[in-house]
Amino acid sequence: MKANDTHHDRPTDPGDHPVTLRVNGATHRLTLEPRVSLLDALRERLHLTGSKKGCNQGACGACTVLVNGQRVLSCLTLAVQCDGEAITTIEGLAAEGRLSPLQQAFIDHDGFQCGYCTPGQICSAMGMLAEHGEGMPSAVTRDVAATSIDLSEAEIKERMSGNLCRCGAYEGIHAAIHQIGRAARGTAP
Amino acid sequence: MRNFSFHKPATVSEALVLLSRRDGAKLLGGGTNLVDLMRENIEQPTAVIDVTGLPLGAVTEGPRGEIVVGATTRNSALAGHRLIRERFPVLSEALLAGASGQIRNMATVGGNIMQRTRCSYFYDEAARCNKRSPGAGCDALGGFNRMHAILGASPSCIATHPSDMCVALAALDAVVHVTGPDGARVIPLIDFHRLPGEHPEQETRLRPDELITAVELPPLGAARRSSYRKVRDRASYAFALVSVAAALEVEDGLVRTLRLALGGVAPKPWRVAAAEATAVGAAATPETFQRVADATLAGAVGHAHNGFKIELARRLIVHSLAELARTEDAR
Repeated sequence: MKANDTHHDRPTDPGDHPVTLRVNGATHRLTLEPRVSLLDALRERLHLTGSKKGCNQGACGACTVLVNGQRVLSCLTLAVQCDGEAITTIEGLAAEGRLSPLQQAFIDHDGFQCGYCTPGQICSAMGMLAEHGEGMPSAVTRDVAATSIDLSEAEIKERMSGNLCRCGAYEGIHAAIHQIGRAARGTAP
Repeated sequence: MRNFSFHKPATVSEALVLLSRRDGAKLLGGGTNLVDLMRENIEQPTAVIDVTGLPLGAVTEGPRGEIVVGATTRNSALAGHRLIRERFPVLSEALLAGASGQIRNMATVGGNIMQRTRCSYFYDEAARCNKRSPGAGCDALGGFNRMHAILGASPSCIATHPSDMCVALAALDAVVHVTGPDGARVIPLIDFHRLPGEHPEQETRLRPDELITAVELPPLGAARRSSYRKVRDRASYAFALVSVAAALEVEDGLVRTLRLALGGVAPKPWRVAAAEATAVGAAATPETFQRVADATLAGAVGHAHNGFKIELARRLIVHSLAELARTEDAR
């Protein structure tokens, strides 16, 4: 082992690990068992209960958070894997208590009923809009080599398919995302 | 979930030392399959080695025009890579047809290759499964087997390999680079996964002390006209019932090059080189594609709930190739 190894590079027996989570701009130093998911660390240790535990097996998307700006499932991510990474949860989107444009759009378009899937939907949509902005194609993009991809209804549905809503508020969810997606591209909604 | 020791090596040699030191060690990429299996107690590693800190995340072009994809490249990064989208659209499409946006951001190329079957009996501790408990029996054979294999299966196991990416890699003659204590070696993707035979618990040719470092795509001009077509029970975020990865080059109405692999139908990506050969030099017509389909599906056997896959695969092959032939015409 090299002299500059950090703590997580050293083999250890089953036991606790020091983990630094940078969540919504705040730094938290935790001691965690390796098996603790990022979702459980956020909810149970940092009391950030906005991220929801729906299925806990990667099927529903309710636990979606952003890690270094990329949407991921916090239920299938080990917290130790996120040591030092920048994590954004739904609690981090309303700066100084002011809703982000996407959050406001969800309200304006009735993008929820019970609200349980909403934090995951919104975090996922934030990541998705960034992916689209970087030119990422999707499974419904006719030509994956295209340099410009219109964020159509079909594109939004496909790109958001990892987030389930049992109330069936999809129409409003898609309308809210469509509005923000168009606004981001400088087109009037 | 059983607890385990966690390691995050910074170099491949450190990872190999860690891997050799423990019998129950598992390599962890994005965690989208392994963490799920650990939570279900199907996988119970004593040590988890996180490979995402290894310097294996680059996509580079080699001197012969080959593209080398590092094993920890995320599925989304590979799908969105300019070289892949332009030269190997079938691979980009296959990656985008898999899982969800969140999972593609997590999943690695190496992990995608190593993922386990999604057979529900494999996941159910109360069910009999030869893959999970060798010799226990197979509850899928007489159970609900709509998602199961029609090719390459055995009386021991009828599970399918769930990857979309691997189907495209098989069609593209991809080669898997692995390394271990005895050095580096390459395994063609099409040979990487084993058929179950009497040992469905032996799934790949990777040795327990080896790890995948990269996947190499040899240059293939025909792949510029390629596609991945996937039929599933819902339009998105579902595993394939049948999928077809195909590349087709037509010249003067005749098939010059054909690459064809099937997903969702077998314990590994299914490719029959002899079937492809029957088309070369023949007219690029539905009749030719029908012959290719029949030869590819030779020996297919349905079970109680998945017999439809044989005809579905036949039609999807013909549809995919006819579609690519039309694209050729339009050029």
